Amino acid sequence: MSGISRRRFITTGIAAVAGLSGAAVAAKLAGKYGLIPPDHGGLYGPGATLTYAAQRLLTRHSMAREFDRSQISAKPLANELAPLPDEYKRHEAAGFVDWRLSVEGLAAMPTSFSVAELKSFPSRSHITEIACEEGWSYVAEWTGVPLSYVLDRVGALPQVRYVVYKSIQSDWWDSLDMADALHPQTLIATSMNGADLPVGFGGPLRMRVPRQLGYKNVKFINSLILTDDIKRFGKGLGSASPEAGYAWFAGI
Amino acid sequence: MAESRANSAILAPDGVAASRPEPVVNAAPRHPAFVRVTHWLSALAFLALLVSGLEIVLSHPRFYWGETGNVNTGTLFKIPVPSSRALVPTGYGYVLPDQNGWSRALHFQSAWLILVVGLVYFGLGVARGHFRRTLLPARSDLSPRVLARSVADHLRFRRPGEEEAWSYNVLQRLSYLVVLFVAFPLIIWTGLAMSPSFTSAFPHSVTLLGGRQSARTLHFFLTIFLTLFLLVHVFMVFFAGFRKRIGAMITGRVPQEKERA
Repeated sequence: MSGISRRRFITTGIAAVAGLSGAAVAAKLAGKYGLIPPDHGGLYGPGATLTYAAQRLLTRHSMAREFDRSQISAKPLANELAPLPDEYKRHEAAGFVDWRLSVEGLAAMPTSFSVAELKSFPSRSHITEIACEEGWSYVAEWTGVPLSYVLDRVGALPQVRYVVYKSIQSDWWDSLDMADALHPQTLIATSMNGADLPVGFGGPLRMRVPRQLGYKNVKFINSLILTDDIKRFGKGLGSASPEAGYAWFAGI
Repeated sequence: MAESRANSAILAPDGVAASRPEPVVNAAPRHPAFVRVTHWLSALAFLALLVSGLEIVLSHPRFYWGETGNVNTGTLFKIPVPSSRALVPTGYGYVLPDQNGWSRALHFQSAWLILVVGLVYFGLGVARGHFRRTLLPARSDLSPRVLARSVADHLRFRRPGEEEAWSYNVLQRLSYLVVLFVAFPLIIWTGLAMSPSFTSAFPHSVTLLGGRQSARTLHFFLTIFLTLFLLVHVFMVFFAGFRKRIGAMITGRVPQEKERA
């Protein structure tokens, strides 16, 4: 073995060891600082993980763009709706007076709220764009109670890492990390453009997460679960979306 | 091979390439290793981005200008293809299967690949003077006369001379520079401008483009531009001699006549 090739062999070896241990340290730190999404496994796990980690490093506290009242879309789009269950139709016929949002899990005071109670809490409005992963979008004014207020009110425990939210449509559920759950623009929306949230847009209650795409904004929510272990829900991928191939983190 | 050489000798302009190429004395490869590796990784990522991107477009083959747009609003233009969503009025009596799940995952993973590969390429390219040496046209080549002759040579489908096995011609240099330093940065920018999370941190990334739907439309136009570039690029590789050019980009070596004899 000549001197040059030995040197090359040694430097390559050192670089490989440094690279591998660097990657191991990075993975450990990423886990510690919450940069690994629940759907980090599988063929596309590396891309999903890089996206989530980069977005969290860049955008933990950033605010979604807000628009002028004049920019509110004249023709918002409700998207297609899967047939709603009979239970929903009964609530709709009754004006949603018995609709309740249950809050369970790691909370000092688990409880449930009626729509009227949620509307009586301090509300926040923002004029933001909702964009579907398909490409279309519209701007609307959303009003509701900040999710962070609800978490405060039920005494969310410090170890909560994810807030799971479920729709009355049984195959729809999702979850937010704490950066989005505590984000001031994340609302449990009760109205849109100044009127009660229409059925097509998720009434009576819709999770409104303006920093993420439409599919994260689950309609007809009736349950919140505060957890430190997202693996216990569904297939452990953080929401129903990854089970259909869609990323859990929908900020892109 | 002998035939194509004969052709090139006959067609070579001004008898420049009609003479034998200088025998190669140094062992420097036609393309350095970092160019070869990043070229093929980018090619792989680009094809994945193209296929997955077209698949995503099928879920909404309508384009808009400005901030918002949906099936309730007018369009800038529509692509006359069936859609993977029943919501979109296409005039076709059927709906394609939804492929957006894997398409989006592949699209973003490939975007990461091409971004990382691109950064390595630009870093090494600048550090080693690669762009200055191999892509920046010589000042003399930018005179209208020389440019006009190169355009005319291309329009007449004149086969490249032997000297072009070792160096890019001026139009080739200019198109590579536009693709690398204009189109690729723009397609990454317009892609990021569609991310509601990214634009929350960098709102100007989308407002400068005129809104989210403008960003999407520009992303599509840039895709068409890069796809046309790819088609011309691949055509030119065949035209100039597929085995020689592909071989040079894989092994770094340009096959010599002696080796072929």
